[in-house]
Amino acid sequence: MSALLSVTDAHVAYGKVEAVRSVSLEVGTNQIVTIVGANGAGKTTLLSAIMGILPLKGRVAFAGQDLARLDIEDRVAMGLGLVPEHRELFVTMNVEDNLELGAFRIERSRAKSSIERVYTLFPRLKERRKQLAGTLSGGEQQMLAMGRALMGEPKLLMLDEPSLGLAPIIVADIFRIITELRAGGVSVLLVEQNAQAALKIADQAYVMELGEFVLSGKASDIAANERVAASYLGFQHEGASVI
Amino acid sequence: MNTTIMLFLLQDGITNGAIYALLGLALVLVFAVTRVILIPQGEFVTYGALTYASLAAGQMPGTAKLALALGIGAFAFDLFVARKALHGRLVVRSFITNIVLPAIVLALTIYFAAQKPPVAVCIALSLLIVAMIGLYLYRVAFQPLAHTSVLVLLIASVGVHLALQGLGLLFFGAEGQRGPAVLSGAFTAGALRFTGQSITVYAITIAFIVGLRLFFGLTLYGKALRATAVNRLGARLAGIRTTLSGQIAFLLASVIGALSGIMIVPITTLYYDSGFLIGLKGFVAAIIGGLVSYPLTAVAALVVGIVEAFSSFYASNYKEVIVFMLLIPVLLLRSLAAPAVEEEKD
Repeated sequence: MSALLSVTDAHVAYGKVEAVRSVSLEVGTNQIVTIVGANGAGKTTLLSAIMGILPLKGRVAFAGQDLARLDIEDRVAMGLGLVPEHRELFVTMNVEDNLELGAFRIERSRAKSSIERVYTLFPRLKERRKQLAGTLSGGEQQMLAMGRALMGEPKLLMLDEPSLGLAPIIVADIFRIITELRAGGVSVLLVEQNAQAALKIADQAYVMELGEFVLSGKASDIAANERVAASYLGFQHEGASVI
Repeated sequence: MNTTIMLFLLQDGITNGAIYALLGLALVLVFAVTRVILIPQGEFVTYGALTYASLAAGQMPGTAKLALALGIGAFAFDLFVARKALHGRLVVRSFITNIVLPAIVLALTIYFAAQKPPVAVCIALSLLIVAMIGLYLYRVAFQPLAHTSVLVLLIASVGVHLALQGLGLLFFGAEGQRGPAVLSGAFTAGALRFTGQSITVYAITIAFIVGLRLFFGLTLYGKALRATAVNRLGARLAGIRTTLSGQIAFLLASVIGALSGIMIVPITTLYYDSGFLIGLKGFVAAIIGGLVSYPLTAVAALVVGIVEAFSSFYASNYKEVIVFMLLIPVLLLRSLAAPAVEEEKD
């Protein structure tokens, strides 16, 4: 069976500076795939390019279709979702409106049941549903960003540093929810600096350094790799993130 | 000055202020959603007013032809952009909205213009024509530049304004026109006389403000428009097309402009270039509102209208000068209160 997302020989450049070089990756259905790496390795750039925010040289196929000529909005409609590092919420609108807009491309009748699913996943959002998104705590904003992306019924959800700057207890919660998503049939491409937590829940993993993948394989093998352990796991405690 | 004169001036100021409020709101809306400072807003006013007046006088307005010409341009742009992935549905949809629709309106205009149609028909046709012009203008002039800086968009905006003003001279000539009152009749309350026209202005302004509020607060498309204004990338990630939001914003702005024109033209004689000055006063209000705040813009517009009315009484030669001078203290205050910001690069 072909992969849900397959990226082949991707290059992404900011002007003359190549931030991502010759990267290939695959995400299968019902898989959590993680990309770990230090700050500035090019992980965020890669996700942005897959989503269509940055121009990408190379081939990106999603659900068997080439994405080259598709805008961000078309990719969303195809079932590709991104929760960006800065969350990009509608801060002057309330939680419910943010979620409702996440289902902009979905039939109205289905959106109603989606919102209930999101509220079950994130009960906190239900309590806060009339509150403005800008007044939520960091963890709640992350939940809202994930909830909004889920409202679009993605087949693949790309998460960029979902644990960044959050308290350990909330991080644990978010990682638990990511595994629940996989159980519910949503594949996840997870970019994390918190390598230990990411590798624990992932099926496959890639290690990125200076714009290139230096290692890839089963997440458990990567976690056992000595070099990875020394560079990315040694300095971290479980549930905490390096900023 | 006695109280009666003061009341008259106030009434006059509020009537004009109501129209400036509508225009100011449209400017804020368009800027928030598309980052375009809509200089041609004034042309929407003139086009609406003069199309209405021409139709009422039994003349064929050239704007209906312009709508079709711009529609053909918009269709060509759609085809060009989609050239590598043309599919039937897209072509048919673009053909219907960009060519069939203005062609039907043009046919209706030709048909009705010959027989001095009733006021309601004139209003409906004028609104339709200007709405289409606004929509296709966005497609032709602004959508291809949507990703550029505010400055580039402003330059395009000035270009569109100059082009439309020239076309206005071609369509309507240098002579001023007046249109029939939307609502005739009048009543007096104390010393004040309320004409049907001024009541219409108040009613339409209030209805529009309430309508916009409901549209933005309750409907999915209204919320999508707000979302685009708040966070463009966030909106795109939710699947909301910036072009769709831009189209809705321009559609609203052109309808508001045309409607304002139709409300003014029975009160004042309008020339092909009168709209610019009227639009600028809406702009003064929008600037006082910081190009973001709707309520502040509406209040500022009333102030602009009232200041204008009083200065035309005391120093009519300096009427415009005084109104535009309102900007200086506001800009001073704003620049002192706000930290220096660099323009966003997105």
